[in-house]
Amino acid sequence: MAKEFSYLNFNRNKEYSYIGKSLKRTDILDKVTGRGKFTADLKFSNMLYGKLIRSTEAHARIIKIDTSEAEKLPGVRAIITAKDVPSIKYGLSPARYDETIFCIDKVRYYGDKIGAICAVDEETLYKALKLIKVEYEVLPAVFTPAEAAKEGAPQIFEEYPGNINTEIHLEFGDVEKAKKEAYYIRTDRLQGQRTVHGFIEPHCSIAYWEGKRVTIHSAHQSAHYLQHHIARIFNMKEGDVRVILPYIGAGFGGKLDVSGLDVAAVALSKITGQPVKMFFDLEEVWYNGRARHGMDMKYTTGVTKEGKILFVESEIILDGGAYTGLGVASSYYAGALLTVLYDFDNYRFDAYRYVTNLPPCGAQRGHGQPHPRYAFESHLDHIAEDLGIDPIDIRLLNARRANTVTPNGYEVKAYYLKEANEMARDVSGWKEKKGKLPKGRGIGVGNGGFVTGAGYCMYRTDLPHSIAMIKVYDDGTHAVVYTNAVDIGQGSDTVLTQMAAQAMGYPYEDITICTRDTDLSTLDFGAYASRQTLMAGWAVKRAGEDVKRKILAQAAEMLKVKEDGGYRFGKLTPEELECEEGIVYVKQEPAVNITFAEVARAYFVKHGVLIGRGYYHPGKLGGTHKGAAVGTSPAYSSATQIAEVEVDMETGLTKVVGTWDVHDSGFVVNPQLLHGQVHGAFSMGIGETIWEKVIFDEKGRVLNGNFAEYRLPTALDMPYVESLVVDTFEPNGPWGVKEVGEGATTPTLGCVANAVYDAIGVRISELPLTPEKIWRALKEAEGAKEKGGK
Amino acid sequence: MAEFIVDKDGIKRYLVTITVNGIKYTKMVKANSLLVNFLREDLDLTGTKKACEQGDCGACTVLLDGKPVNSCMVLTISVDGREVTTVEGLASNGKLDILQEKFIEHSAPQCGYCAPGILMSAKALLMRNPNPTELEVREAIAGNLCRCTGYVHYVQAILDAAAANQERKDG
Repeated sequence: MAKEFSYLNFNRNKEYSYIGKSLKRTDILDKVTGRGKFTADLKFSNMLYGKLIRSTEAHARIIKIDTSEAEKLPGVRAIITAKDVPSIKYGLSPARYDETIFCIDKVRYYGDKIGAICAVDEETLYKALKLIKVEYEVLPAVFTPAEAAKEGAPQIFEEYPGNINTEIHLEFGDVEKAKKEAYYIRTDRLQGQRTVHGFIEPHCSIAYWEGKRVTIHSAHQSAHYLQHHIARIFNMKEGDVRVILPYIGAGFGGKLDVSGLDVAAVALSKITGQPVKMFFDLEEVWYNGRARHGMDMKYTTGVTKEGKILFVESEIILDGGAYTGLGVASSYYAGALLTVLYDFDNYRFDAYRYVTNLPPCGAQRGHGQPHPRYAFESHLDHIAEDLGIDPIDIRLLNARRANTVTPNGYEVKAYYLKEANEMARDVSGWKEKKGKLPKGRGIGVGNGGFVTGAGYCMYRTDLPHSIAMIKVYDDGTHAVVYTNAVDIGQGSDTVLTQMAAQAMGYPYEDITICTRDTDLSTLDFGAYASRQTLMAGWAVKRAGEDVKRKILAQAAEMLKVKEDGGYRFGKLTPEELECEEGIVYVKQEPAVNITFAEVARAYFVKHGVLIGRGYYHPGKLGGTHKGAAVGTSPAYSSATQIAEVEVDMETGLTKVVGTWDVHDSGFVVNPQLLHGQVHGAFSMGIGETIWEKVIFDEKGRVLNGNFAEYRLPTALDMPYVESLVVDTFEPNGPWGVKEVGEGATTPTLGCVANAVYDAIGVRISELPLTPEKIWRALKEAEGAKEKGGK
Repeated sequence: MAEFIVDKDGIKRYLVTITVNGIKYTKMVKANSLLVNFLREDLDLTGTKKACEQGDCGACTVLLDGKPVNSCMVLTISVDGREVTTVEGLASNGKLDILQEKFIEHSAPQCGYCAPGILMSAKALLMRNPNPTELEVREAIAGNLCRCTGYVHYVQAILDAAAANQERKDG
């Protein structure tokens, strides 16, 4: 067999001026001095304050909305309901456009959007909200997929019979045939819970009109999608909608769907002729939902005697909540990427997403992945245990390799999960710890990874996924990068500026970045599906190279090689020149050089403007089955995480004491930012494994819509974290980059759950692993043992 | 109790004098005015962030007479005559506080929404305990929630700031 081309250890000897380095964040001074403005920090002259009017029933027909008392209150400026706004439906995919700006005839969850109100100040606003009376005809409600699936269950939407909103049946290879060949088959069923993103900044949106154009400042993850949705909903031209995103207090997928605030702000500011600021309080963030789906996952896997996977059969039931939004993508993602992680030929994936009378679910970091990863990694550990194989060995045996194609058609280039497993095993002391720790202490492993950008736009279009422009000042002493890539904290502004500097050969500190403004900057689809570094990266790299090409061509006319002792005589060509760190020089004779600024100035004199352009489109990617658009990507990251935990066997309290992450993220542009992503992912994943769950009462009301009862990890909960990378190069990424931000959350739930299992010897099949569940599981196991003993 | 006036609707407004970042402000506020809103709305000091509004997340942490408080849980009238320091008051004469410098060096904040609160909690810690252990740092910022960072770079930056302070003193 011919030796496979390897992308491993590709960057080891490469030294770049501005990438591969932990340069200072572009936004850091704004963020440590408090001068950086988030949406809620903005004030406009004559600005009004607005709130959504929310349903107080989970499922009901709206009989009457009486706003008369509220309207009489001095200071109230406008109250709008469905009759005052377009009734167009919206969502992610046209087949499932099921949401309107405000509820038209009925409400579908407690907190659903009935209307909006604005007033001169917050105090008046809250007083007025209390005066609005809504009369309902209450309908029976369903709060779980099981209730939704029952025969005769109340129907939430006419268009989703049986309350099934998305149904997926996919098979690749021949599962039935593989079943006959398997040495061992095992089934496990596990449940993942509904969570929230947990960003600290609640959504906020401010809109105002100038003639036919509307401007929206919003805490959103995509300037372009917000612009697109607003234009579609209000039947406007995209060019008449300007979206500006100030600093964003993180998103994790929760600021990507249309929140209701944006549309309400646009409608209210049109009516009042004044800027309107709409905002959520924290509990409303829970009601807005759009976070991780609760999932019930059943996996049946057949393996050889050695543990090689022959087939996987999976059935996943998702609790969708009241509307679809991004939830259709979550459903496909729940099954799409298992085949990327492990190499096997026969795969069946069935999924049912039910609508229920709870806040809608959508995308949360690792979109659709963390729960299925948790379930499968737990399942795989049981298979390994049954066969007497070390959990890491079974993963090494099944890990997908580079330059392969998955059974569902995804092309995987650089992919070094096996190496990540080996490195994680070695740095964590796995061999010394596994099976040798005292009772109550355990170690567990989990694998994961993610797409590096979605292969397709969220709506049908042939537009490039990212466009960048770089403009050089007329005296050549400064440059500005334009792209609407969205920095929600992950650091894309910094990474893209580094890439621009590298591509141009121009000092990082002399470049600023202009982003998140649809009027000023250039198209990019925004921050989701871990796409910015690769996709906006390509656009910026190409724009930078375009500037450099122009500079070298100009410099070739200006530089003169000395005739005595120069490396050659005659006119220079651009190919003979290089530009680095703001200096253009002759490659063969670096002493012959000129500054970038001088050349840029000369270029200006001759051409009037020095601009570089670049764009990126992923082109046609792999996968032809229904739903292949979800999961197909130019590049896939992979990661292995190992966690060590300590469980108090009396109280069931779990403490994570050590964590190790080894990532195959391709070339790393900014190591400090990459590790920051891993740290945050661990924190979110640990929280979701041990504490976090959204709880509702029997009316569908959120019981823990706050940070006291919905427990995020604190600084005291965070263990020692070691974050390492495998040195790889992704041929489909600029300079070989791949994603890290979302992939890093996908192994955590599985690895922590496996560590808890290792510590206590009992599998708890439902997240989160609260002290109560662990305590009960331990008591039950004890009881079973005593019974068995007698 | 602060002096007040009553408007024609019977609502009382209290006269308060509060020193914020070394500047004395005299304002009329309602009894229900919260310190966080006073800072953000009345003084335009929006560096102090608002998130949970019930004392759980620490995003609105400021120093009140040198001690860290959640400014969403403090009535403005109770601060009459006292001293408040916000994130805007950390740097002086154009020079950043050592904590700010170390936050920059470690790329500690990501989205940055929790950063002002963490800076103020850390400032309070270093004022009362110039040489904290890692556990003491973690305890000091345990009331400041952050979803982006896992606190790793924050803890390193605060420990580094303490070490740099010590060096300066020793040097």
